[in-house]
Amino acid sequence: MSKYPLDIALLTEAPNVEPTRAGFGRGLKMAGEANLNVVGLCADLVESVQMHKFAEAFPERYIEVGIAEQNLVTVAAGLARVGKIPFAASYAAFNPGRNWEQIKTTSALNQLPVKIVGAHSGSTVGPDGATHQMFEDIALMRVMPNMVVVCPGDSIEAEKATQAIAEHPSACYLRVAREKTPIFSTPESPFEIGRAYVLREGHDVTILATGIETPYALMAAARLEKDGISAEVVHVPTIKPLDQETILLSLRKTGRAVTCEDAQAAGGFGGGIAELLGDAMPAPLLRIGVQDRYGESGAPLEVHKNLGLADDAIAARTKEFVATRPQYRPGF
Amino acid sequence: MGGQLTIRQLENKANDVRKNIVTMLEHAGSGHSAGPLGLADLVTTLYFDIMHVDPQNVDDPNRDLFFLSNGHCVPVQYGVMAERGYFPKEEIMTLRKWGSRLQGHPERTRLPGLENTSGPLGSGVSQGAGAAYAMQYLDSQRHRWVYVVTGDGELNEGNIWEAAMFAGKYKLSQLIVFVDRNNIQIDGPTESVMPLESLRGKWESFGWHVQEIDGHNIESIQDAVGMAKAIENRPSCIITHTIPGKNVDFMEYDYKWHGIPPNAEQAKVALKELRTLGGKIRSEHE
Repeated sequence: MSKYPLDIALLTEAPNVEPTRAGFGRGLKMAGEANLNVVGLCADLVESVQMHKFAEAFPERYIEVGIAEQNLVTVAAGLARVGKIPFAASYAAFNPGRNWEQIKTTSALNQLPVKIVGAHSGSTVGPDGATHQMFEDIALMRVMPNMVVVCPGDSIEAEKATQAIAEHPSACYLRVAREKTPIFSTPESPFEIGRAYVLREGHDVTILATGIETPYALMAAARLEKDGISAEVVHVPTIKPLDQETILLSLRKTGRAVTCEDAQAAGGFGGGIAELLGDAMPAPLLRIGVQDRYGESGAPLEVHKNLGLADDAIAARTKEFVATRPQYRPGF
Repeated sequence: MGGQLTIRQLENKANDVRKNIVTMLEHAGSGHSAGPLGLADLVTTLYFDIMHVDPQNVDDPNRDLFFLSNGHCVPVQYGVMAERGYFPKEEIMTLRKWGSRLQGHPERTRLPGLENTSGPLGSGVSQGAGAAYAMQYLDSQRHRWVYVVTGDGELNEGNIWEAAMFAGKYKLSQLIVFVDRNNIQIDGPTESVMPLESLRGKWESFGWHVQEIDGHNIESIQDAVGMAKAIENRPSCIITHTIPGKNVDFMEYDYKWHGIPPNAEQAKVALKELRTLGGKIRSEHE
């Protein structure tokens, strides 16, 4: 098997779709097998966040804390203080939506390796509506010193990312989603914290995508190709620390950047890329993401599409962007 | 560690800690006075008599853990740690200064011997519970104890009661929480800001073993910890009645001293009072 099958036509068809949370569930069980210090904590959502596989395999290392997200992460910090590697999981809307300060003080500032897992992030909780659609978590966690932020692109990568953060010495945030989304990687695809991956080469524009947006960016690139636009697609599963080298290398070639995320474009991944470009390279930037609004109820992929996060919107906006914004060329 | 100092020596040590508190706060020019002075007897007794800790081996895997949940009271912890030999005593003069290991609120990673980072209220009982859970269920370390100090105003925080439920459910018998019941918080008396009574009833209803003691009576502190350790299958809450500003006459019972330091003149008066008191402690026991 190749590292990336990338048969775009197959991306949205079963069996090539699975929720990233399922990959987290498998990855946590594997991390638990590999390291006896891995402990799972959940706030009354064990199956929903897919921690049940770990809980069934290691009941003695699974701790139910009830619907109490502040306690979830502070108990986790106490466990980490005595050498455990706690995974504290709930919906992203509450974790880190409700307990951000506790995470900051007791894990990040305190330099303890608590692993925060925000499941059901972004648009794919669809029918639950705006209260449960967490779009602000990337921004919230990205600004926290001592915090690694990982947003895997599909379930296979989520499995690897979970194992990787278990072995990482610092506090980490893992963002996963509820709905089945396309799988674009394979067990052989590389994953390393802090690395971005060029999935498709192009020369007119670089589409930087994170999380479940990456397969949609790939589909958008295929649409753009038909319009004569050559889009490079860079998958950025680690939002912090950013793989500046890979990103800037691509942009030196294409001179235009588009970011895609299932989150607020302001302050989120797009915000991070805007900071990087402000610091290092004034290439034109289009940030595709949620545009300073809340979501609303709808079928999961309907919400995703209506918020302008699907491949059709990515392609259309990128096409217009390429037509109206000149490429940045170093030395100009 | 226990049993090396007599009650009289512990009282004198607590008095020295109070001098440290007044000195460091006056020098810092900001910080909290009343709470730390009220906690001096308790924290001194814990570090000098009760806890198994070694300033020369702060990572001892068998040590007891002390989590200060009401981080603003950290001058008492610094004051005790300085006496106990965790760091040179003159370092208390760096409190709250740029570059100091003695941050305004405790930061574990800066000062060896601190076990947690706190300040934002309400999360210390949870951290203690997490550590106690690991000792009881994961690591079979039944010889270790986790001591947590919380304020009483701090009990307004919901996080505390989430932790109370959690520790009750899991019967964390190695967890001992002291509630510093000094009846004051920033905006006034606790019972007027947000009533806590029946405080004993609250903790008991969450499945805790509860004792109430005079937090300035060292024998009561020792006895209560002995009782808490003997209780099986329940976490322990020791409601520790203290006098805010204890032993500095013009601060005692006055909530206005919650969040401010003494100025130079006030510190002089306070230190004189504490020196005189040292003499009284000696004569009482002789």
